[in-house]
Amino acid sequence: MRVYLDNNATTIVDPKVFAQMEPYFVQMYGNPNSLHDFGSETHPALRKAMDQLYCGLNADDKDDIVITSCATESNNWVLKGVYYDHILGKDKDHIITSEVEHPAIISTCKFLETLGVKVTYLPVNEKGIIETHTLKNFITEKTALVTIMWANNETGMLFPIEEISKICKETGVLFHSDAVQAVGKIPIDLKKLDIDFLSFSAHKFHGPKGIGGLYIKDSQPLTPLFHGGEHMGGRRSGTLDVPGIIGMGEALELAVHNLDFENNNVRKLRDKLEDEVLKLDDVFVVGSRDERTPNTILVSVKGIEGEAMLWDLNKNGIAASTGSACASEDLESNPVMEAIGAEADLAHTALRLSLSRFTTQEEIDYTVVILNDAVKRLRAISSTYSYAPDWHDSKL
Amino acid sequence: MAKNDLIGGSIWEEYSQKVQDLMNNPQNMGEITEDEATKQGLKLIVADFGAESCGDAVRLYWAVNEKTNVIQDAKFKSFGCGTAIASSDTMADLCKGKTVDEAIKITNIDVEFAMRDNPDTPAVPPQKMHCSVMAYDVIKAAAASYKGVDAESFEDEIIVCECARVSLGTIKDVIKINDLHTVEEITNYTKAGAFCKSCIKPGGHEDKDYYLVDILKDTRTEMEMEKMSALADAKIAGTTNELSFDDFTMVQKLKAVEAAIDKDIRPMLVMDGGNLEILDIKDTDEGNTDIYIRYLGACSGCASSSTGTLFAIESVLKEECSQKIRVLPI
Repeated sequence: MRVYLDNNATTIVDPKVFAQMEPYFVQMYGNPNSLHDFGSETHPALRKAMDQLYCGLNADDKDDIVITSCATESNNWVLKGVYYDHILGKDKDHIITSEVEHPAIISTCKFLETLGVKVTYLPVNEKGIIETHTLKNFITEKTALVTIMWANNETGMLFPIEEISKICKETGVLFHSDAVQAVGKIPIDLKKLDIDFLSFSAHKFHGPKGIGGLYIKDSQPLTPLFHGGEHMGGRRSGTLDVPGIIGMGEALELAVHNLDFENNNVRKLRDKLEDEVLKLDDVFVVGSRDERTPNTILVSVKGIEGEAMLWDLNKNGIAASTGSACASEDLESNPVMEAIGAEADLAHTALRLSLSRFTTQEEIDYTVVILNDAVKRLRAISSTYSYAPDWHDSKL
Repeated sequence: MAKNDLIGGSIWEEYSQKVQDLMNNPQNMGEITEDEATKQGLKLIVADFGAESCGDAVRLYWAVNEKTNVIQDAKFKSFGCGTAIASSDTMADLCKGKTVDEAIKITNIDVEFAMRDNPDTPAVPPQKMHCSVMAYDVIKAAAASYKGVDAESFEDEIIVCECARVSLGTIKDVIKINDLHTVEEITNYTKAGAFCKSCIKPGGHEDKDYYLVDILKDTRTEMEMEKMSALADAKIAGTTNELSFDDFTMVQKLKAVEAAIDKDIRPMLVMDGGNLEILDIKDTDEGNTDIYIRYLGACSGCASSSTGTLFAIESVLKEECSQKIRVLPI
C-alpha cells in the first residue's frame, strides 16, 4: 500500500481539476492577450477561474487577485514591493514577522536586512504561535509592514489573524499573511477581515504546481516584481499560465466546497491517527487539536531520529516529513521545534504527518500498524533506550 | 551550482546499497551485558559518543580479552539517521578481532570506505560524512576507557567545534585530504559549525580561540607551500619532471606568488596597518617576470614602500619563487 501523508508539502491534483485543465494544453493553447480566436477562446474559462478565486476567498470586486507562479513569488513581491514603496528613500524602515515563517518570508527578510531594513522576528509561545500583545509592543511609526503566516506549515497551528489584522488597522500598518497552509483547509473571508495582502498556492489545495496568487486589498499600489508586457493589468508581467489558472480556480472552488468535509472527515481521521500515535510511550504532539488546521500532526517520538523514521515509513510506502521539505537536504533540526523551545533532544525527533481529503480510513489503519512497527524497530536500535551497566557514566 | 545541482536530489539516492542494507538490517546492533562478558572471561567496555540534542548518539559495547587485548565481540546502539546506524554497524564490525591498539587506528574514512559498493563511489553524500566521524570518535572513547586514559590523549585534540567536538587536527586533515575550499564543505564533512555556529567566524554568541575561516585560510596557504616545497625538493633531488617556476603557466605563477605573499609578506604589512594587491603579472621579452602591485592602507603613503619594503618584498619573492622576478609598484 502507498500512503501519502505529506500534504503540507504538496498535494495530488484532484482529477476533476485536471479534467478542466486538459483542453487548454493541446486544443486551446492560444495566448489570452492575442486578438485572434485562438487567444480569445481561452477567455471564458479564465473569467470563470477568476470568479472561482474571488468567490473562494470572498474578495471584493474592487480588490485584486493577481496570479503569480507560486506563494514564494507572492511573498517576495509583497516584501520587496513594500521596500520600494515605503522604505527605500521614505521615512519607514521596519518590518515585523515571526520566527517560524516559511523560508520564503524569512530568507527575503534576511535579504532586506542587508539593504538596511530593520526586521523584528516575533518569538512564539510553547504552542508555536505569536501572542498578539507582543506584536503591539513592537509596532512603531517606522513600521512599514507586518507579515504573519495564517497557519504554520510544520505544526498546522493557526495564528490569531483577526486580532493581528485589527491591531494593524488601528496602528495604520500594512498587513500581509502567507496563507499557503490555510487556503482550502479553513474558511477564509477577506470581506470580513482587514488584510492588505495574502499569498496562496494552488498545489497545496489539490491544484497544479507552479501557480499561485497574491490578493491585494482595494487594488492598492505595489511596485511590481516582474516588469514586462503589462499582463495582469500591469501588476505582474508574463504570459498567463492558462491551464494553471483554470486549475487553480477549479481547485479552490472544490476545496471550499469540501471545507465541511475537511473539518469533519479529515479531522476525524487525523484525530484517530493522533490518538493512536499518543498511545506510544514518550511522544509529544505540538499544539492542541482545535487550534490547528484539521489535517496536520507534528509529533516528536523520543529516541528516533526523524530521517530514520522517514526511512522506515518510506520502505513501507508511507510518505511523511521531518519538517519543511525545502530543508530536507541540510542537517539542521526542525526550526519550529527549536522556536517553540522544545527540549533540544526533541528537535531531531520531529515527524510531520499531514492528511488530505483523499486520505482514507484504510490508509490511516495501515499507517498506524507500520508506525508502531517502525517505532519498535528503531527504538530497539536506539542508544536512548539501550542497556548500560551500573558503573557506566552515561554521556548520552 | 551547475546543471546537476539545480533540481535538488534526495540524499537517499546517494546512499550505497551497503548503507541501505545495513540500515534495514544492522548486523551488530545490540548490547553486551556485564553477565555475558563475565561468563566468557572478558572485560566489558561501554562507551558513548554524541547526544540526542546534536542529532546523533552512539553507544559502543566491547568484550575484550584482557590477556591478548583482542576485542572478541562488538555491538552498538545508535540514535541517528540511516547513515549513522550503518556507520555504527560497520564500525562495530571493523573492531571485531582487532586488538584495542589496532582498533584506535580505524578512522571514519575506513568506515566510510567499508560501506562503499565500489571503491570509486562514496557510500554517503558529503553532508552525511559526519556520521562516520562519530563512529571513529566512539572507538577512541572505548579505547580510552579500556586503557584508563583520557580519550584526548590519543591525539593533538584542540577542539574547534565543541557542539560536534571536532578537533583542529581533524579539520586540517579533512581540508587537506578532500581539497576543501569553503567553510560549508568543512561543515558538511565534519559537522563543525553546524550547530551554534560560534566557531565559523568571530561574532557568534561565544568567543573561540580558533575559527573555521582562519583555519581554512591557513591550511590552504600551508597546502600551497607544501606543494611548492615538494616541487623544490624534487628539483634539488633531480627526481622530477615537474616544472620550475620559470616554466609555470601564468596562472601557476600567480598562485605561487600569491602563496608566497600570503605566507611571508602580507602578515608583515598587515601588522603595520597596510596591505598590497597584485594587479598583474607579465613575462617580459628579456626573460623576467614582472609583478605589478598596488599598496593598500598605511603602505600606500609610506616612504619605505618604494625603498626598503619594496626591496624586502622582491627579495622574498626571488627567494621563494624565482630570481627573475621584479616587483613594480603602481
